Formats: sequence, C-alpha cells, structure tokens
Amino acid sequence: MNAPNSFRTQPPEQANSLRQQPDERGHFGAYGGRYVAETLMPLVLDLEREYRAAKADPAFQAQFDDLLEHYVGRPSPLYFAERLTEALRDGAEPGMGAEVWFKRDELNHTGAHKINNCVGQILLAMRMGKTRIIAETGAGQHGVATATVCARFGLPCVVYMGARDIERQQPNVFRMKLLGAEVRPVTSGAATLKDAMNEGLRDWVANVHDTFYLIGTAAGPHPYPELVRDFQSVIGREARAQMLARTGRLPDLLVAAIGGGSNAIGLFHPFLDDADVAMLGVEAAGHGLDREHAASLNGGAPGVLHGNKTYLLQDDDGQITEGHSISAGLDYPGIGPEHAWLNDIGRVEYTAITDTEALDAFQLVCRTEGIIPALEPSHAIAAVAKRARTMRADQIILANMCGRGDKDIFTVATALGVEM
Amino acid sequence: MNRLASAFPADRAALVAFVTAGDPSPAVTPAILDALVAGGADVIELGMPFTDPMADGPAIQAANIRSLGAGTATADILTIATDFRARHADVPLVLMGYANPMLRRGAQWFATAAAEAGVDGVICVDVPPEEDGALGPALRDAGLDFIRLATPTTDAARLPAVLDAASGFVYYVSVAGITGLQQAVQTSIDEAVGRLKAATDLPIAVGFGVRTPEQAAAIARVADGVVVGSAIVEIVGTHGEAAAPHVTEYVRSLRAAIDQSRKQA
Repeated sequence: MNAPNSFRTQPPEQANSLRQQPDERGHFGAYGGRYVAETLMPLVLDLEREYRAAKADPAFQAQFDDLLEHYVGRPSPLYFAERLTEALRDGAEPGMGAEVWFKRDELNHTGAHKINNCVGQILLAMRMGKTRIIAETGAGQHGVATATVCARFGLPCVVYMGARDIERQQPNVFRMKLLGAEVRPVTSGAATLKDAMNEGLRDWVANVHDTFYLIGTAAGPHPYPELVRDFQSVIGREARAQMLARTGRLPDLLVAAIGGGSNAIGLFHPFLDDADVAMLGVEAAGHGLDREHAASLNGGAPGVLHGNKTYLLQDDDGQITEGHSISAGLDYPGIGPEHAWLNDIGRVEYTAITDTEALDAFQLVCRTEGIIPALEPSHAIAAVAKRARTMRADQIILANMCGRGDKDIFTVATALGVEM
Repeated sequence: MNRLASAFPADRAALVAFVTAGDPSPAVTPAILDALVAGGADVIELGMPFTDPMADGPAIQAANIRSLGAGTATADILTIATDFRARHADVPLVLMGYANPMLRRGAQWFATAAAEAGVDGVICVDVPPEEDGALGPALRDAGLDFIRLATPTTDAARLPAVLDAASGFVYYVSVAGITGLQQAVQTSIDEAVGRLKAATDLPIAVGFGVRTPEQAAAIARVADGVVVGSAIVEIVGTHGEAAAPHVTEYVRSLRAAIDQSRKQA
C-alpha cells in the first residue's frame, strides 16, 4: 500500500513539467551542480547512486512513511486561520481579503519541518553503511532535528555551530547535548551558519570513509538539493490533497519563508505544474534591502558556494558577505539552486520582509490564532498580511507555518525591549 | 616549451611553493614571492584569498583572513602577478583558489586578465571535472593550463575523467582532508604516484601536509614535484612583514633536501 506521505507519489508526468529538475548532472537551469573538491566528488556520486536506489526501493519508502507518521506525527493539519483572516480584512476594500490557511508543520516532532528531511537522510546514511553523522546548524533547529534522529537510530552525531550562534541559541545547544550530540563551536569567519557549513565540509573531506553529512537545507552539491526537496515535498503533497478534500479546490497563492529554502520548496514543488497556483517566497530583508539583510535573490548575484551555483550575497570580487536577519534560520548568504531557477523563469515570485515587519506578524499570529510562530514563518505571514488585502475574499492563501516560536521568545523579548 | 613544462625536468623534482596573495598585505607579497624564488622554488602557487576556504586548514584560513583584512582585492592579485612576471620572466606562476572569486566577473574575464598578468595556470579547488564547463574552456582559450587535482578517493574508474583535459601538471592531494594538517604515509604516496604516472604523461606534483625537508625528499624520490603550502604560510603568519628572509631560509632547506634525494635515487 502506498501511503499518502510517499515521496515517490507523483502525479502522471506531463510534457514541459516544471517538476523534472534537476538534469542528470544536478543542474536546475544554470544553477546547482557539484562544485566540490575532488576528494568529495566520488562520495557525492556514491550518494547519488544510493539515493536513486533508495527512491526505487519500496522498503526504504515504507520505513520513511512509517517514521513520518508515527515518529514525526504526520500528516500535519491544514488549518483555516479564521481570526487572522478577519483581522486582515479589517480595513480592506469590501469583498477583499483572502482566506488565510496554514500548513501546520510547526506541530511536527522537534517543532519544525526540519525533521522530515533528517528522517530521510539518516535512512540513506544507514543504507550506505555510514556510521557517523555530521551536520551544520544556525539557529539550532536542524541541529536538534539531526541529533534527534541520531539518538533514535543510535548513531554518533557531531553538530557544527558558529560560536556566535551558540551564544544566541543556548536552549537548542542544551537540547542537542541532551540528545547525545557533540556540539562543536566554529570560530572561523563570522562564526555563524556559513562558517559552520565550511567546517562541516572540512570534517567530511577528512572522514569520507565513515561519515555522512546531513545537510539541513535544499542546497549544497547535487544530489542534496534534490533529495532534501523530495523529503520535504511531503509538505506540499499533503497540503494539496488536504486542500482539495476540504475546499474542493487548490489555493490561489502559496507563501513560505526562505533561508536556504527547504520548507518553501517542499510546499511549492508538488504545485509547480498547477498553473493557477501562484507562489511567493519570502526572504529576510533584515534591517532593509539597502542595509544588512539575508535576501540572496532580492539583493545578491549568482555565484558558487558550498557545492552549488546559486544566488549569493557577495561583493564585487566574489567574497561572501554576511547575511543578517532577526531569524537565525534565515541568516544564510545563499539560497537553494531550485529557487534561483524558479526565480529566473518567473514561476515563483520572491519578496523580502524586514525584521520589524516579521516581529509585527509574529505578534499578530500569537494574538489572533493562539499560535506562537517561529520568526521564520513570521516572515511568510508578514508577506501574507500585505497580499491578503489585495486579493478577493473568495481567494485562498496557503502559508507554511514551518516552525514554532518557542525557540525565539528570548530574541523577540529583546527586540521588543522586554526584560525576562 | 612553456614555463610550466620547463619547470619539471626529468632529472630534478620541482619545488612548488604556495603563499596566499595579500598576506600580510598586498604590498608585502612581492618580497615574499621573491623570497620563494631566492630559496629555490620552481613553481609559485599564488593563493587567491576567499572568505570561505572550505578545503583549507587553520593556517591557510588564517592567511585568508589576514589578506582580506588588509583589503586585498582581485585587482591587487593581478597586479602582484603582473609585477612578478616583470621581475621573473621564466618562473611559472599559478593562481590557486576557489570558484567564486574566479567566476565573479565571468570566467572569460578572469582567464583573460590572468593571462595578461603573465599567469601560466590555474588550480580551482571546487571546480571538479564535472563542472569543467564553468571555467575550463575559458582558461584553455586564454592559453592557460587548468591544473587538475587527484586525491586518495579518486578511484580507477574516475581517473580518466580527472585527467581528461588536464594540463600543466597533476596535483596529487595526498591526504583525504584539509590543507596543512596530517601527512600521508609515504607508501601510499608511492603507490598513488605510480598509478597516476601509468595513466598520464603530465608531471605529478604531490602536496597536502608536506612540512619537513625529510618529507619533501621522500616525495621527490617518486614524484615530479613537491608542493609545500601551509608551512610557508605559517612562517608568513609568524613573521609578517619581516617574513621574506625566513621564507628563503626554509625554502632553501626544502630545495637542498629535494636535490639530495634525487641524486641518491
């Protein structure tokens, strides 16, 4: 029996589908690819072979589905945010103000969408006979999710985390340690996520024989962007089926926050061939696009970093510049290559939301829906708030509530000037 | 015969010396390059600093930070190369670095600028044969060698892909790891060099973790070249603007050991 979660469950193939990227060399249009040191190249090719085999293996599929249902808690609910919808209609023209719905991936085990991908990748790691897992983390959500699946399967886990992020995210550091992971502080560079990823790659290149690098977003060398997308696409597949079952139609607009872009591609991908479904990716504008931000598409240029070609924050000489966002999960100077391609072909629109706008949306969702959202989806909700009023009341916006905000309450308190 | 080919004569192992451009500052690099030549380096590898040197260990990471901190720009690196070529007409000069700074203004721009600056070849850590199209054609059109890397993980099935379109020399990265940390077991180097030599006529230079004259000598017995990087970069890190004489002294010790080793062979 094929569970609805199955990442192989695809609608019939159609001509000119937008869902058939990447090509056999891992390119999404001009983006993606395998820009890695020669030492890693054979491993990356191995991973690709193993992923193809896993994808075709019903036993792998069954184990993935079973863990998503019984360990992660899928399917996550599709929820009509009625009071938020009403709040956004307030002040809109008569007949305007679209319905806002949430895909509630914040209800997953560990509190975010990250776990979907971690379950898939650790099964792949074990299938490849790897006995040691490494990961990078920024805010700590991917680190916690990785430490969680490592504990579940009894594999040693090393998480690289920027020293600055460790200071900012102590609760998650403690969670990872409780789960048995070793958290290694990274002091190189700016001591944040991209430096943690550099250190992860350095570890991997030195331990290729036994180590699996469990990348947290839909970026990195091929096949990572593809396999992370496939594992995260459970979000969009569920949402599509749920929306049809509940309303008999598809949403008019999908909205998701983007750091590396895994929750967004997971929501968008199953809808890419639905021409009537518009999509909006929301980058972090930080202090503003003319100041410090983390909006690679809106404020960056194409380049090569961390194994793939994509849009990057960089200077005229190709030196990578630091991203800034109040959300540590969006604070990365790159973006998954499939988003770079979807941006260039115009299938998805990408906008950016500032720290302040995200904080306002955070509070709005808390008060209207009784849901404390993470700062990442708060960016998506801020974009929803702007769009909803421009859409008719009979239209539907589906936003990905990709994480819960417990981890962010200290950051938010500081930003609001509240002593805790 | 071009400069790189002349640097690997049959009777003498070449010493390939790496430093990071602009470390400790663009103004000091020319003196350090001259010091490498004075000590007996046959090929100069000029590292292009990058904010995210993923394949490098602590020594070269620190050099990148020092260089970028001193404001080193791509234009400075090209000026350093141009001036080096004016002072040393015959010493081969290779740029080594990461893809993004090389591709920022377009591969064509970079290849043309490097060729005009008198550069002979390019080593790019994160452009493997699978992505050759991003950089290789532009370099070859500009008459530059695109030097390929082989590693302990490069198996027999993959080796032809690595050697296809390789030119200049083949850089054998002797350890699966980052620069400057471990050293490889000599027997594994001997075996790997034998394997590479059976597959290509290009010179084979061996690097990563080579630090002492003894190690350099052992490699020189089997390989066409010995690459030393982190150890030199550490001297620059320690002595800063006053590094040149220390660099010459160290490189001379490597040179002597390499020459001695070949005479014994």
